[in-house]
Amino acid sequence: MTEGMRDVWVYLAREPLVHLTLTLAAFQLGSWIYRRGGMNPLLNPVLIAVALTVGGLVLTGTSYDAYFEGAQFVHFLLGPATVALAIPLYRQVEKVRRSALALGASIVAGALAASASAVGIAWSLGASRDALISVAPKSVTAPVAMGITESLGGLPSLTAVLVILTGIVGAMLGPWVLTLVGVRDWRARGLAIGTASHGIGTARALQVNEVAGAFAGLAMGLNALATALLLPLLARIFL
Amino acid sequence: MIFYLTLILSCQLAGEVIVKAVGLPLPGPVLGMVILFCGLMLRGLPAGLSRVGDALLGNLSLLFVPAGVGVMLHAGLLGREWLPLAVALVLSTLITVAVTGLVMARLSRGGADD
Repeated sequence: MTEGMRDVWVYLAREPLVHLTLTLAAFQLGSWIYRRGGMNPLLNPVLIAVALTVGGLVLTGTSYDAYFEGAQFVHFLLGPATVALAIPLYRQVEKVRRSALALGASIVAGALAASASAVGIAWSLGASRDALISVAPKSVTAPVAMGITESLGGLPSLTAVLVILTGIVGAMLGPWVLTLVGVRDWRARGLAIGTASHGIGTARALQVNEVAGAFAGLAMGLNALATALLLPLLARIFL
Repeated sequence: MIFYLTLILSCQLAGEVIVKAVGLPLPGPVLGMVILFCGLMLRGLPAGLSRVGDALLGNLSLLFVPAGVGVMLHAGLLGREWLPLAVALVLSTLITVAVTGLVMARLSRGGADD
Protein backbone atom coordinates (compact mmCIF):
# COMPACT_ATOMS: atom_id res chain seq x y z
CA MET A 1 0.00 0.00 0.00
CA THR A 2 1.25 3.50 -0.84
CA GLU A 3 1.41 6.25 1.79
CA GLY A 4 -1.70 7.97 0.39
CA MET A 5 -3.71 4.77 0.22
CA ARG A 6 -2.78 3.97 3.80
CA ASP A 7 -4.02 7.37 4.96
CA VAL A 8 -7.33 6.79 3.20
CA TRP A 9 -7.60 3.32 4.75
CA VAL A 10 -6.82 4.57 8.26
CA TYR A 11 -9.49 7.24 7.83
CA LEU A 12 -12.11 4.82 6.53
CA ALA A 13 -11.37 2.16 9.13
CA ARG A 14 -12.46 4.60 11.86
CA GLU A 15 -15.76 5.28 10.17
CA PRO A 16 -18.86 3.10 10.58
CA LEU A 17 -19.56 3.57 6.86
CA VAL A 18 -17.20 0.82 5.66
CA HIS A 19 -18.69 -1.95 7.75
CA LEU A 20 -22.25 -0.81 7.18
CA THR A 21 -21.63 -0.91 3.42
CA LEU A 22 -19.88 -4.27 3.72
CA THR A 23 -22.92 -5.72 5.52
CA LEU A 24 -25.39 -4.48 2.90
CA ALA A 25 -23.17 -5.48 -0.03
CA ALA A 26 -22.61 -9.00 1.36
CA PHE A 27 -26.36 -9.40 1.80
CA GLN A 28 -27.03 -8.15 -1.73
CA LEU A 29 -24.59 -10.67 -3.10
CA GLY A 30 -26.13 -13.43 -0.95
CA SER A 31 -29.63 -12.54 -2.21
CA TRP A 32 -28.40 -12.55 -5.80
CA ILE A 33 -26.86 -16.01 -5.43
CA TYR A 34 -30.04 -17.27 -3.74
CA ARG A 35 -32.24 -16.03 -6.62
CA ARG A 36 -29.86 -17.36 -9.27
CA GLY A 37 -29.94 -20.75 -7.52
CA GLY A 38 -33.74 -21.01 -7.83
CA MET A 39 -34.29 -20.04 -4.14
CA ASN A 40 -32.78 -23.31 -2.95
CA PRO A 41 -32.89 -23.26 0.90
CA LEU A 42 -29.23 -24.35 0.99
CA LEU A 43 -28.25 -21.03 -0.62
CA ASN A 44 -29.73 -19.02 2.26
CA PRO A 45 -28.76 -15.34 1.70
CA VAL A 46 -28.04 -14.67 5.39
CA LEU A 47 -25.72 -17.65 5.61
CA ILE A 48 -23.85 -16.51 2.47
CA ALA A 49 -23.67 -12.91 3.74
CA VAL A 50 -22.33 -14.05 7.12
CA ALA A 51 -19.72 -16.29 5.49
CA LEU A 52 -18.56 -13.53 3.13
CA THR A 53 -18.40 -10.94 5.90
CA VAL A 54 -16.52 -13.20 8.31
CA GLY A 55 -14.12 -14.04 5.48
CA GLY A 56 -13.55 -10.35 4.76
CA LEU A 57 -12.98 -9.49 8.42
CA VAL A 58 -10.55 -12.37 8.97
CA LEU A 59 -8.58 -11.50 5.81
CA THR A 60 -8.24 -7.82 6.81
CA GLY A 61 -7.58 -8.66 10.47
CA THR A 62 -10.60 -6.65 11.62
CA SER A 63 -12.07 -7.39 15.06
CA TYR A 64 -15.78 -8.05 15.54
CA ASP A 65 -16.03 -4.98 17.81
CA ALA A 66 -14.67 -2.73 15.06
CA TYR A 67 -17.08 -4.30 12.56
CA PHE A 68 -20.02 -3.85 14.91
CA GLU A 69 -19.38 -0.08 15.16
CA GLY A 70 -20.79 0.11 11.66
CA ALA A 71 -23.12 -2.88 11.63
CA GLN A 72 -24.97 -1.78 14.78
CA PHE A 73 -27.20 0.50 12.70
CA VAL A 74 -28.63 -2.54 10.95
CA HIS A 75 -28.65 -4.60 14.15
CA PHE A 76 -30.66 -1.95 16.00
CA LEU A 77 -33.62 -2.44 13.64
CA LEU A 78 -34.15 -5.99 14.98
CA GLY A 79 -36.04 -4.57 17.98
CA PRO A 80 -38.61 -2.53 16.01
CA ALA A 81 -38.90 -5.40 13.49
CA THR A 82 -39.76 -7.79 16.33
CA VAL A 83 -42.50 -5.41 17.50
CA ALA A 84 -43.76 -5.16 13.91
CA LEU A 85 -44.26 -8.96 13.80
CA ALA A 86 -47.56 -8.17 15.55
CA ILE A 87 -48.86 -6.92 12.17
CA PRO A 88 -48.71 -10.18 10.11
CA LEU A 89 -49.86 -12.03 13.22
CA TYR A 90 -52.92 -9.78 13.45
CA ARG A 91 -53.69 -10.20 9.73
CA GLN A 92 -53.63 -14.00 10.02
CA VAL A 93 -55.47 -14.22 13.32
CA GLU A 94 -58.49 -12.69 11.57
CA LYS A 95 -58.26 -15.38 8.89
CA VAL A 96 -58.01 -18.45 11.10
CA ARG A 97 -59.92 -17.56 14.25
CA ARG A 98 -62.17 -20.64 13.92
CA SER A 99 -59.46 -23.20 14.62
CA ALA A 100 -57.93 -21.19 17.49
CA LEU A 101 -57.98 -24.01 20.05
CA ALA A 102 -56.38 -26.60 17.77
CA LEU A 103 -53.80 -24.00 16.69
CA GLY A 104 -52.89 -23.02 20.23
CA ALA A 105 -52.52 -26.62 21.41
CA SER A 106 -50.44 -27.67 18.39
CA ILE A 107 -48.10 -24.71 18.68
CA VAL A 108 -47.55 -25.12 22.41
CA ALA A 109 -46.85 -28.85 21.80
CA GLY A 110 -44.45 -27.90 19.00
CA ALA A 111 -42.71 -25.20 21.05
CA LEU A 112 -42.14 -27.63 23.93
CA ALA A 113 -40.99 -30.42 21.58
CA ALA A 114 -38.56 -28.05 19.83
CA SER A 115 -36.82 -26.75 22.95
CA ALA A 116 -36.94 -29.95 24.99
CA SER A 117 -35.65 -32.21 22.22
CA ALA A 118 -32.89 -29.78 21.18
CA VAL A 119 -31.63 -29.31 24.75
CA GLY A 120 -32.10 -32.99 25.62
CA ILE A 121 -30.19 -34.31 22.61
CA ALA A 122 -27.37 -31.74 22.87
CA TRP A 123 -27.06 -32.41 26.63
CA SER A 124 -26.92 -36.18 26.17
CA LEU A 125 -24.07 -35.68 23.67
CA GLY A 126 -22.13 -33.54 26.16
CA ALA A 127 -22.76 -29.98 24.99
CA SER A 128 -21.74 -27.11 27.31
CA ARG A 129 -24.21 -24.87 29.15
CA ASP A 130 -23.57 -21.99 26.72
CA ALA A 131 -24.37 -24.26 23.77
CA LEU A 132 -27.50 -25.66 25.47
CA ILE A 133 -28.97 -22.21 26.14
CA SER A 134 -28.09 -21.03 22.65
CA VAL A 135 -29.69 -24.02 20.90
CA ALA A 136 -32.90 -24.02 23.00
CA PRO A 137 -34.82 -21.36 21.00
CA LYS A 138 -33.53 -22.58 17.62
CA SER A 139 -37.01 -22.98 16.07
CA VAL A 140 -38.02 -19.40 16.88
CA THR A 141 -37.68 -16.54 14.39
CA ALA A 142 -34.18 -15.04 14.73
CA PRO A 143 -34.88 -11.63 16.34
CA VAL A 144 -36.96 -13.22 19.10
CA ALA A 145 -34.65 -16.23 19.50
CA MET A 146 -31.66 -13.93 19.99
CA GLY A 147 -33.59 -11.92 22.57
CA ILE A 148 -34.49 -15.12 24.45
CA THR A 149 -30.89 -16.36 24.42
CA GLU A 150 -29.64 -12.99 25.63
CA SER A 151 -32.10 -12.86 28.52
CA LEU A 152 -31.09 -16.41 29.54
CA GLY A 153 -27.37 -15.61 29.43
CA GLY A 154 -26.43 -17.56 26.28
CA LEU A 155 -24.67 -16.47 23.08
CA PRO A 156 -27.10 -14.58 20.77
CA SER A 157 -24.78 -14.72 17.75
CA LEU A 158 -24.48 -18.51 18.03
CA THR A 159 -28.29 -18.64 18.26
CA ALA A 160 -28.61 -16.54 15.10
CA VAL A 161 -26.59 -19.07 13.10
CA LEU A 162 -28.33 -22.10 14.66
CA VAL A 163 -31.74 -20.54 13.90
CA ILE A 164 -30.86 -20.12 10.24
CA LEU A 165 -29.54 -23.68 9.97
CA THR A 166 -32.74 -24.96 11.64
CA GLY A 167 -34.79 -23.07 9.06
CA ILE A 168 -32.85 -24.69 6.23
CA VAL A 169 -33.19 -28.20 7.71
CA GLY A 170 -36.93 -27.75 8.32
CA ALA A 171 -37.61 -26.31 4.87
CA MET A 172 -35.73 -29.14 3.17
CA LEU A 173 -36.74 -32.18 5.27
CA GLY A 174 -40.01 -31.02 6.90
CA PRO A 175 -42.34 -31.90 3.98
CA TRP A 176 -40.77 -35.36 3.79
CA VAL A 177 -41.33 -36.00 7.54
CA LEU A 178 -44.98 -34.88 7.26
CA THR A 179 -45.63 -37.26 4.40
CA LEU A 180 -43.87 -40.02 6.35
CA VAL A 181 -46.15 -39.61 9.41
CA GLY A 182 -49.25 -39.25 7.21
CA VAL A 183 -50.13 -35.55 7.71
CA ARG A 184 -51.78 -34.38 4.46
CA ASP A 185 -53.97 -31.45 5.59
CA TRP A 186 -52.39 -28.22 4.23
CA ARG A 187 -53.25 -26.33 7.43
CA ALA A 188 -51.43 -28.88 9.60
CA ARG A 189 -48.49 -29.10 7.17
CA GLY A 190 -48.05 -25.31 7.10
CA LEU A 191 -48.40 -25.03 10.86
CA ALA A 192 -45.77 -27.72 11.45
CA ILE A 193 -43.23 -26.19 9.08
CA GLY A 194 -43.76 -22.68 10.48
CA THR A 195 -43.45 -23.84 14.10
CA ALA A 196 -40.28 -25.86 13.48
CA SER A 197 -38.49 -23.61 11.01
CA HIS A 198 -39.88 -20.03 11.27
CA GLY A 199 -39.49 -17.65 8.30
CA ILE A 200 -37.34 -19.89 6.13
CA GLY A 201 -39.90 -22.70 6.43
CA THR A 202 -42.74 -20.20 5.87
CA ALA A 203 -41.14 -18.97 2.65
CA ARG A 204 -40.94 -22.57 1.48
CA ALA A 205 -44.55 -23.33 2.47
CA LEU A 206 -45.75 -20.26 0.53
CA GLN A 207 -44.10 -21.59 -2.62
CA VAL A 208 -46.05 -24.86 -2.31
CA ASN A 209 -49.53 -23.85 -1.14
CA GLU A 210 -51.19 -20.58 -0.09
CA VAL A 211 -53.11 -22.05 2.86
CA ALA A 212 -49.97 -23.77 4.12
CA GLY A 213 -48.12 -20.45 3.79
CA ALA A 214 -50.68 -18.53 5.84
CA PHE A 215 -50.67 -21.16 8.59
CA ALA A 216 -46.87 -21.28 8.57
CA GLY A 217 -46.64 -17.51 9.04
CA LEU A 218 -49.14 -17.64 11.87
CA ALA A 219 -47.26 -20.52 13.50
CA MET A 220 -43.99 -18.58 13.28
CA GLY A 221 -45.49 -15.64 15.19
CA LEU A 222 -47.30 -17.73 17.80
CA ASN A 223 -44.33 -20.03 18.39
CA ALA A 224 -42.14 -16.96 19.00
CA LEU A 225 -44.60 -15.84 21.63
CA ALA A 226 -45.07 -19.31 23.16
CA THR A 227 -41.33 -20.01 23.40
CA ALA A 228 -40.54 -16.52 24.75
CA LEU A 229 -43.05 -17.14 27.55
CA LEU A 230 -42.33 -20.83 28.27
CA LEU A 231 -38.57 -21.16 27.85
CA PRO A 232 -37.50 -18.77 30.65
CA LEU A 233 -39.80 -20.65 33.03
CA LEU A 234 -38.42 -24.05 31.99
CA ALA A 235 -34.86 -22.73 32.17
CA ARG A 236 -35.43 -21.64 35.77
CA ILE A 237 -36.50 -25.16 36.65
CA PHE A 238 -33.93 -27.19 34.69
CA LEU A 239 -30.78 -25.12 34.17
CA MET B 1 -44.90 7.43 8.51
CA ILE B 2 -42.88 9.01 11.33
CA PHE B 3 -45.98 8.74 13.51
CA TYR B 4 -46.19 4.96 13.04
CA LEU B 5 -42.45 4.50 13.44
CA THR B 6 -42.75 6.41 16.72
CA LEU B 7 -45.63 4.12 17.70
CA ILE B 8 -43.54 0.99 17.03
CA LEU B 9 -40.54 2.38 18.95
CA SER B 10 -42.85 3.39 21.82
CA CYS B 11 -44.18 -0.18 22.05
CA GLN B 12 -40.59 -1.45 22.16
CA LEU B 13 -39.62 1.13 24.78
CA ALA B 14 -42.66 0.28 26.90
CA GLY B 15 -41.79 -3.42 26.57
CA GLU B 16 -38.15 -2.84 27.60
CA VAL B 17 -39.13 -0.65 30.58
CA ILE B 18 -41.79 -3.09 31.88
CA VAL B 19 -39.45 -6.09 31.46
CA LYS B 20 -36.71 -4.31 33.44
CA ALA B 21 -39.04 -2.88 36.07
CA VAL B 22 -40.95 -6.11 36.78
CA GLY B 23 -37.96 -8.40 36.16
CA LEU B 24 -39.75 -10.49 33.52
CA PRO B 25 -37.53 -13.16 31.91
CA LEU B 26 -38.73 -12.05 28.44
CA PRO B 27 -37.08 -10.00 25.66
CA GLY B 28 -38.40 -6.41 25.77
CA PRO B 29 -39.28 -6.30 22.05
CA VAL B 30 -41.43 -9.45 22.44
CA LEU B 31 -43.50 -7.70 25.11
CA GLY B 32 -43.59 -4.72 22.72
CA MET B 33 -45.02 -7.05 20.07
CA VAL B 34 -47.72 -8.20 22.51
CA ILE B 35 -48.57 -4.57 23.35
CA LEU B 36 -48.87 -3.66 19.66
CA PHE B 37 -50.91 -6.81 18.98
CA CYS B 38 -53.40 -5.91 21.75
CA GLY B 39 -53.68 -2.42 20.28
CA LEU B 40 -54.42 -3.89 16.83
CA MET B 41 -57.10 -6.20 18.24
CA LEU B 42 -58.78 -3.22 19.92
CA ARG B 43 -58.41 -0.58 17.21
CA GLY B 44 -57.74 -2.40 13.92
CA LEU B 45 -54.77 -1.94 11.59
CA PRO B 46 -54.25 1.55 10.06
CA ALA B 47 -52.91 1.55 6.48
CA GLY B 48 -49.91 3.70 7.47
CA LEU B 49 -48.81 1.25 10.16
CA SER B 50 -49.23 -1.58 7.69
CA ARG B 51 -46.80 0.16 5.30
CA VAL B 52 -44.17 0.89 7.98
CA GLY B 53 -44.41 -2.68 9.26
CA ASP B 54 -44.04 -4.15 5.78
CA ALA B 55 -40.99 -1.94 5.15
CA LEU B 56 -39.35 -3.21 8.36
CA LEU B 57 -40.27 -6.86 7.77
CA GLY B 58 -39.66 -6.86 4.01
CA ASN B 59 -35.91 -7.14 4.58
CA LEU B 60 -36.01 -8.87 7.93
CA SER B 61 -33.31 -11.37 7.08
CA LEU B 62 -30.75 -8.60 6.41
CA LEU B 63 -31.09 -7.61 10.07
CA PHE B 64 -29.63 -10.93 11.31
CA VAL B 65 -26.36 -10.47 9.44
CA PRO B 66 -24.46 -8.35 12.03
CA ALA B 67 -25.42 -10.76 14.82
CA GLY B 68 -24.67 -13.79 12.66
CA VAL B 69 -21.18 -12.47 11.93
CA GLY B 70 -20.63 -12.62 15.70
CA VAL B 71 -20.29 -16.37 15.27
CA MET B 72 -16.62 -15.64 14.46
CA LEU B 73 -16.19 -15.03 18.20
CA HIS B 74 -17.33 -18.58 18.93
CA ALA B 75 -15.17 -20.51 16.47
CA GLY B 76 -13.63 -22.39 19.42
CA LEU B 77 -16.99 -23.49 20.83
CA LEU B 78 -18.22 -24.55 17.39
CA GLY B 79 -15.03 -26.49 16.76
CA ARG B 80 -15.44 -28.40 20.03
CA GLU B 81 -19.22 -28.86 20.02
CA TRP B 82 -20.28 -29.03 16.39
CA LEU B 83 -21.34 -32.67 16.69
CA PRO B 84 -23.86 -32.40 19.58
CA LEU B 85 -25.18 -29.16 18.08
CA ALA B 86 -25.58 -30.61 14.58
CA VAL B 87 -27.31 -33.80 15.79
CA ALA B 88 -29.59 -31.84 18.16
CA LEU B 89 -30.48 -29.37 15.43
CA VAL B 90 -31.43 -31.91 12.76
CA LEU B 91 -33.23 -34.45 14.99
CA SER B 92 -35.04 -31.83 17.05
CA THR B 93 -36.29 -30.04 13.92
CA LEU B 94 -37.69 -33.29 12.48
CA ILE B 95 -39.32 -34.16 15.85
CA THR B 96 -40.88 -30.68 16.06
CA VAL B 97 -42.34 -30.93 12.55
CA ALA B 98 -43.83 -34.35 13.28
CA VAL B 99 -45.27 -33.44 16.72
CA THR B 100 -46.84 -30.16 15.57
CA GLY B 101 -48.26 -31.67 12.37
CA LEU B 102 -49.74 -34.71 14.12
CA VAL B 103 -51.35 -32.72 16.96
CA MET B 104 -52.88 -30.24 14.51
CA ALA B 105 -54.11 -33.00 12.18
CA ARG B 106 -55.78 -34.83 15.11
CA LEU B 107 -57.40 -31.73 16.61
CA SER B 108 -58.69 -30.21 13.37
CA ARG B 109 -59.98 -33.41 11.79
CA GLY B 110 -62.94 -33.00 9.45
CA GLY B 111 -61.52 -29.88 7.84
CA ALA B 112 -59.86 -29.11 4.54
CA ASP B 113 -59.04 -32.40 2.84
CA ASP B 114 -59.76 -35.31 5.17
